[in-house]
Amino acid sequence: MTACGQDRNALAAYLDGELAGEQERKLAEHLRSCPECAAEVAAQVRLRRAMKPAAMRFAPSAEFRRKVQGQIAPKRSAGLRWLWPAAVAALAMMVLAVVWTRQSAARNEAFQEVADLHVADMASANPYDVVSSDRHTVKPWFQGKIPFAFNLPEFAGSEFTLLGGKLVYLHQQATAQLVVGTGKHKISVMIVQDDAKFGTALPFAGGVSVRDSFNVETWEKNGLRFYVIGDAEQGAIHRLAQALQGANG
Amino acid sequence: MERAFFEQLAMPLFDQLYNHACWLTGDRADAEDLVQETYAKALKGFGSFAEGTNLRAWMFRILRNAFLNSRSGLKQKTSYLEDEETGLDEAVAHEVTPEALLLATESQEAVFRALEKLPVAHREIILLCDVDEMSYREIAQVLDVPAGTVMSRLARARRNLRAALGAREAVR
Ligand SMILES: [Zn+2]
Repeated sequence: MTACGQDRNALAAYLDGELAGEQERKLAEHLRSCPECAAEVAAQVRLRRAMKPAAMRFAPSAEFRRKVQGQIAPKRSAGLRWLWPAAVAALAMMVLAVVWTRQSAARNEAFQEVADLHVADMASANPYDVVSSDRHTVKPWFQGKIPFAFNLPEFAGSEFTLLGGKLVYLHQQATAQLVVGTGKHKISVMIVQDDAKFGTALPFAGGVSVRDSFNVETWEKNGLRFYVIGDAEQGAIHRLAQALQGANG
Repeated sequence: MERAFFEQLAMPLFDQLYNHACWLTGDRADAEDLVQETYAKALKGFGSFAEGTNLRAWMFRILRNAFLNSRSGLKQKTSYLEDEETGLDEAVAHEVTPEALLLATESQEAVFRALEKLPVAHREIILLCDVDEMSYREIAQVLDVPAGTVMSRLARARRNLRAALGAREAVR
């Protein structure tokens, strides 16, 4: 039990996405008003995040993979014929890995701030300035608070739910942050003016990447820079990115 | 035909199963043996595997049983039996404040080392939940235990990990 009488295991189950709808709502409500539980949740989130790289700590060798694949593959493909494509694929993979590693090193800096904002929001006792699942409520809330306008896609009937919005600052620039839920994951969308100053401060052109346990997608359109970041699978991040691109085409 | 289907479904799990096996055994050669055995057994049993059920949980369960019957698994088996008894005193783990926990997680190596030192049953369930992102239901299938056991074991495992991380922080 925490000092406020909250069951600690319920906090863990909440983070695991295993609470039933009503319990989940009650706990989320409680987190908004209880700094002690919010701090506890923030620490647990960080611990989980620190655990994610354990997923890629040990990678099988290409040789071992071929060995097992050879044992389970249909008999007709046994022999030398399958070795050749496998070798080509392994080589291509190595080239890809090298390119990816180099690019991600240059981008890490740029992601850090966006990732930190996302984490801060997920752990915050007061995650949203405007709480609504209705884009017609959330979008107007930003009017006058940010020096630009953006559009939101219709989330009704999709895999995504709009949870709320918040005014944040990326490199001292007013940024619209929207939080979108999918399954047990939360995804942050950040929209900021992509002027020259910002361009040099965040030397990041565009594309898709993995930052710690997060998947990130970013692009620029009509002077606005969009970031979509979250611990949801890359496919979900991409589909959300596409919906936003459609709405702001 | 069935082999091709099995290959298509089971090979995408290869990296995950291998990584999990390494964490369980702490040895790459042992892990390779386990993964190889898992794929051989899964292929054999694939005919009886009902489509639509969870292939990932099924294969993790085969891997786990292979591990428990292996040399390195037998050595660690006592930690499974002790699991229900050796739960740390809740008070001890929670003397570790959120602030101390935050500090401890700043070192990736410290987190990995703490994870490595956990009893295998605790390391296993934390990996399944936090790293392989399985639901409690899936974990229950892998471990072949009721869902309630998943919750209580997971809670003990996390308390244990937290105490280990907090202790590290204290001596630093
Ligand atoms: Zn509380």
